[in-house]
Amino acid sequence: MNRRDSLRALGIGTLSTGTLLAACKSNKDDKTKVEDASTPPSPQAGRQSYELERDARLHKETFFTKEEMAAITVLADIIIPKDENSGSASDAKVPDFIEFMAKDLPEHQLPLRGGLRWTNLQCLNRYGKAFVDCSHSQQIELIDMIAYPEKAKPEMAQGVAFFNLMRDLTATGFFSSQIGVKDLGFVGNAPNRWNGVPDDVLKQYGIASASI
Amino acid sequence: MDGLQIKKSTTTYDAIIVGSGAGGGMAGYVLAHAGLKVLMLEAGAHFDPRTDSQQLKMPWESPRRGAGTTRPFGDFDAAYGGWEIEGEPYTTKDKTEFNWFRARMLGGRTNHWGRISLRMGPNDFKAKDGLTDDWPITYNDVKPFYDKVDRLIGIYGTKEGLENEPDGIFLTPPKPRLNEIFITQGARKAGVTVLPGRGSVLTEALPGNTSRGVCFFCGQCGRSCKVYGDFSSSSCLVNPALATGNLKLITNAMVREVLTNKEGLATGVSYVNKDDMQEYQVNGKMVILGASAGESARLLLNSKSAAHPGGLANSSGVVGRYLHDSTGSSAGGFLPQLLDRKRYNEDGVGSVHIYSPWWLDNNKLDFPRGYHIEYGGGMHMPTYGFGFGMQNMNGKVPGRDGKMKAAGGYGASLKDDYRRFYGTQFGMAGRGTALARYDNYCEIDPKVVDKYGIPVLRFHYKWTNDEINQAKHMQETFQEIMHNMGAIYGPPQGKETNYGLEAPGRIIHEVGTVRMGDDPKKSALNKYSQAHDCKNLFVVDAAPFVQQGDKNATWTILALSMRTAEYILQQRKMLNV
Repeated sequence: MNRRDSLRALGIGTLSTGTLLAACKSNKDDKTKVEDASTPPSPQAGRQSYELERDARLHKETFFTKEEMAAITVLADIIIPKDENSGSASDAKVPDFIEFMAKDLPEHQLPLRGGLRWTNLQCLNRYGKAFVDCSHSQQIELIDMIAYPEKAKPEMAQGVAFFNLMRDLTATGFFSSQIGVKDLGFVGNAPNRWNGVPDDVLKQYGIASASI
Repeated sequence: MDGLQIKKSTTTYDAIIVGSGAGGGMAGYVLAHAGLKVLMLEAGAHFDPRTDSQQLKMPWESPRRGAGTTRPFGDFDAAYGGWEIEGEPYTTKDKTEFNWFRARMLGGRTNHWGRISLRMGPNDFKAKDGLTDDWPITYNDVKPFYDKVDRLIGIYGTKEGLENEPDGIFLTPPKPRLNEIFITQGARKAGVTVLPGRGSVLTEALPGNTSRGVCFFCGQCGRSCKVYGDFSSSSCLVNPALATGNLKLITNAMVREVLTNKEGLATGVSYVNKDDMQEYQVNGKMVILGASAGESARLLLNSKSAAHPGGLANSSGVVGRYLHDSTGSSAGGFLPQLLDRKRYNEDGVGSVHIYSPWWLDNNKLDFPRGYHIEYGGGMHMPTYGFGFGMQNMNGKVPGRDGKMKAAGGYGASLKDDYRRFYGTQFGMAGRGTALARYDNYCEIDPKVVDKYGIPVLRFHYKWTNDEINQAKHMQETFQEIMHNMGAIYGPPQGKETNYGLEAPGRIIHEVGTVRMGDDPKKSALNKYSQAHDCKNLFVVDAAPFVQQGDKNATWTILALSMRTAEYILQQRKMLNV
């Protein structure tokens, strides 16, 4: 098999990968020659039954309360707002992702729930309201106290830990979403021939050869 | 338990093979092609990369975005199983530590492994320092089989002429990624040799093979390959063996015991069928174990009889002994000169593009043997974990405006940082030789059984100063390389973590539990991996290893299994089977 046959053997047109579809459209005429285009695997192929059952169960469960989800959404959109390149964390459904991850990796549950509670108590003491009911400037005032680990006051250390976790989960959820992957400019996961670092990039970094 | 009975087959196979990974797969391939009627039993589910691989899925196609919740190497990784499997425990002894990775599936761990395919060298089979027992065979005994494995399965690399890194028959290696060029420069400046990688990926068509596709550079070998562009046991060995019509495969068959007769010869095996939970017995003229170093030792120790009171093939008492895994310690950082780098597809292959073979003379060092280094980095598909720890990075370099900013943060400026830092990170990992020691072992736990009622393994494993000093040396080397690269990185791991030395078992190169040797009092197998105590019993996984080098075990498993299978064919008449 050559590389082109490899792609045909994948059963082109059946995979959910847009890039692959695009990459192979030019070969449409060859499609009649496909020798191994048997029934495409389902999205569940290669998943163990316990994994499928577990996913289905987690999707049915709810962990965060409505109030907690509202706070997660406000925090996520403060961490990753809409800008000229792409939408916000909530546009990319990051809050739903965080809800799922709290069920999938239960070690996140206590730090997230407790951290939200800590945040609310801070707001109640400072502004007399829960975090989501505070004004935007009050929310930012609090976040400024916990968003910069090296500058934060020692008494805010628990808040810093919570915000670090929120930052991690929000960024990972956003940049692994369709919106985020596009924003990042990831162009892999597409059949190609790797010939080493492109010439213009070698030149940019003053590297003499693509080989070592 | 009403109605539970043992179902006995009336068929007698020429050979029964337990396990379908690199060792079992190769034995099945050779024997089935030679016309023997072979039965292969696999403890896990059927798996065909063609249909079952998670290859080319985008991160959002996993609800956990590829997190390693049910699969330790991530949701898209091919391996079914892991270090913990529900209902299949193992234990440890004397507060020691061992992590035992098991892949329960056709092809075993070959579905997800790193495809790094290094030959052991002359000094690995017979060490110059004399600290460990020599193998009963030399590199020259194994070389013809390494060559045949290269031709049959395919491997990329470059001819270098190094004494203890023997060259093979190579396909073209992939060129380095940008980060790997910086790594190469930094390492060479530190006096560390860097070579193009050696991996079992078809970077070009494999001469004479029409059933496997050529790599299309998605970098996802760990998910297994739908076009069979890399080595996995099912695609390269078991499926072709099935096509001969001489191999029968039963999956979900967890072998309990090797059965023997009054003379002590193997007559077959008993297994539990995980689908119907019934007990079965099958007959074979010989039994070949390729269940993994841990499972093969467990099977032998659980196969006690009047003829083999200490467990099958264990009159020497060495079965389970000399367990050793590779050492491992790692480091990483980012390259500030690569901030805001141009985007292009640099997925490459899913094995290593570059690596460093052991490059030093041990005379001046405080540990024996050595390690190789594996490297990686670049613009990978973002999955769970992407962006974690930005507060440890974005305060270390100036922003777009040239000013330093406070680490952490939020908002548009933070969002931009993820773009800026994308593809700047790299990692390096040492993989070294741990000495085979009598006192590192697995045995049967006298009190614990798994959910099938099979007694489980209990491990006893301790690192010594030899391995700890080696890890220290790795950390020092990494610091020097990263400094030379102009990278930003953290301090070396120190004494409190044994210099980052991973717990035994974490590198998943465990070998040595059913060692070969010329002396039946000190070894379980002869130099063809045939049991001294039971001439129709063979072991073809990593259990026969006397002493591992720093090389990943798979290519040697394949070569030794092929050698054993050819020996079986030559000896069939003498063996009277």
